[in-house]
Amino acid sequence: MSLVELHAIHKSFGELEVLKGIDLKIEEGQVIALIGKSGSGKSTLLRTINGLETINDGTIMVAGKKVGDRDTDVLTLRLNVGMVFQQFNLFPHYTALENVMLSPQVVKKQSKAEAKDVAEEMLAKVGLADKMMHYPDQLSGGQQQRVAIARALAMKPRVLLCDEVTSALDPELVNEVLAVVRQLAEEGMTLVMVTHEMRFAREVCDKLVFMHQGRIHESGAPEDVFANPKTPELASFVGGLA
Amino acid sequence: MSEFSLWDIVYNLLLAARWTVLLSLTAFVLGGIVGLLLLMVRTAGNPWAMRLVRGYVELFQGTPLLMQLFIVFFGLPLIGIDVSPWIAAMLGLTLFTSAFLTEIWRGCVESIGLGQWEASASLGMNFRQQMRYIILPQALRIAVPPTVGFSVQVVKGTAVASIIGFVELTKAGTMITNATYAPFTVYGCVAVMYFLICFPLSLYARHLEGKLRHVAR
Amino acid sequence: MAYEFDFGAIVPHWQLLLDGVVLTTELTVIGAVVGVSLGTLAAWARASRAPVISQIVGIYVELIRNTPFLVQLFFIFFGLPALGVKLSEFQAAVLAMIVNLGAYSTEIIRAGILAIPKGQIEAAQSLAMNRVQIFRYVIIRPALKKIWPALSSQIVIVMLGSSVCSQIAAEELTFAANYIQAVNFRAFEVYFVATALYLVMSVLLRWGLKIFGNFLFERRSHV
Repeated sequence: MSLVELHAIHKSFGELEVLKGIDLKIEEGQVIALIGKSGSGKSTLLRTINGLETINDGTIMVAGKKVGDRDTDVLTLRLNVGMVFQQFNLFPHYTALENVMLSPQVVKKQSKAEAKDVAEEMLAKVGLADKMMHYPDQLSGGQQQRVAIARALAMKPRVLLCDEVTSALDPELVNEVLAVVRQLAEEGMTLVMVTHEMRFAREVCDKLVFMHQGRIHESGAPEDVFANPKTPELASFVGGLA
Repeated sequence: MSEFSLWDIVYNLLLAARWTVLLSLTAFVLGGIVGLLLLMVRTAGNPWAMRLVRGYVELFQGTPLLMQLFIVFFGLPLIGIDVSPWIAAMLGLTLFTSAFLTEIWRGCVESIGLGQWEASASLGMNFRQQMRYIILPQALRIAVPPTVGFSVQVVKGTAVASIIGFVELTKAGTMITNATYAPFTVYGCVAVMYFLICFPLSLYARHLEGKLRHVAR
Repeated sequence: MAYEFDFGAIVPHWQLLLDGVVLTTELTVIGAVVGVSLGTLAAWARASRAPVISQIVGIYVELIRNTPFLVQLFFIFFGLPALGVKLSEFQAAVLAMIVNLGAYSTEIIRAGILAIPKGQIEAAQSLAMNRVQIFRYVIIRPALKKIWPALSSQIVIVMLGSSVCSQIAAEELTFAANYIQAVNFRAFEVYFVATALYLVMSVLLRWGLKIFGNFLFERRSHV
């Protein structure tokens, strides 16, 4: 049984169909990168896995249970699936520590002490033990994104979704965030990421999924995908990167 | 001309000004509570409820306060509820205030970016938790200056209640004028008293706004 | 006990209501045109920080913004004759609206002027424009465009506020309603209809101001 199973996912925005039947299985411990041109539907797909987009058709199973459209189902989904955003989306009125502590306290009803222990551990893990009392606007973009990762991890999700987590960063700050993601991958965390960092995807991922016009066009191990693209679209995408 | 000295005028106006203050406070507090409820309904996302609140706001922002008071004052007795000018004024001004405050606050809530909703949703928070921990604390900070600013409109709005016979500052001014035949002095004093109530509120609102802009960097 | 609504009782008086609508419109149009012009000049004076006049404008704006329109109206209509200024009901109502809107539009337009980037003014200065030219060609149009929605709302507020002019017997819409209900004893129905008329007028006014704004700020070549 896969950790997350997507079956025949369809999603339209008005007239525009952005996902035209997606099947995808995410296994425990797998690191998957969604690649493709902008507008290919990869970000939308990622967002459906977190329930941020409602789907028009298809099924999402998490740990063998079907996710319906009731509120409790979405909550179950989100307790299993964490998300990190391109724009960080830290809560500006809370310190880094409070950002990480908040959800375990109010959603998981952990005690303050318990939440604080976990939060400190997570912030240390992303290398920000010394910035815990800082507010988001006192941190660099790279530091903010690392807090966002710690915040998602504190909920102990079984899968972490990363939506272009380095795209909003200045070039010199990209590596500190990628290093954290790489470390998570090495520790066996299940990751699904949308990324434009091809070299990183190639080094870290078990599987690349190439999306084109709302469909999964081709997927496989990174070496195969890059070395022997089977479709002209992927060849052109890979070629265009070089 | 009359036995009213300037001090008599001021003294009697001051007595009446208490009712202006009381009416303002009541309308502001009750209007705030109703406005907050409307805001919740409006942001919670049921399309019909949203439309209803929008219509409510349009109605109160698109008609004169005086007409609103008249309708309450003359309308309620028709369904068997007899209202005094005080009740009618309080009710009318509460509705008026709630419509404006809910609109001001909606603007503040909407100025909180979508990312904040999504990030909190992705952490498993429900609507109530999102509102309580993420959206309202941020919106509240932005909302304080315009809310204080609007309190000035409420104070000035209470003057209209004089027309349905509620004896507050303006009505007292008219009554004293009729007794003294000194409209220039009396209405001058009335204006000064409104100014003394409203101007500090205006200044405070401006001060808060400046502070917020400073913090926002 | 059940009350029988009788909106038909208003029909014989429709002409009065119509006259009221016309007078309210006149008050609003004159008040808006003169008031906004006054506000534009005052805003310029205030933004240019000309020493004495800027302070006088500041006091004017604060006095008006922090007192009720009804009291301003009473002061003008009942109080000014003591100084030898005797105005008709209509004149007093118009003057009150001009003075009131003038103060609000001063603040609104000033905000628009202050939002013009400094570089614009410096560029104009470097092109050897004088203060009047800079204000006329570089500042006022973008400033007005920016604050047009706020100014429009304020004009609607002043139009609705004119309903209290009935209290000095200016024969606008509310006055007409007061008169009719005194004759036919159908207060609720009359005020209900008057309220509906105000609602329609405010929707139309907002719509008209939007169209006018589009016309005013339309991109078009002057060459």
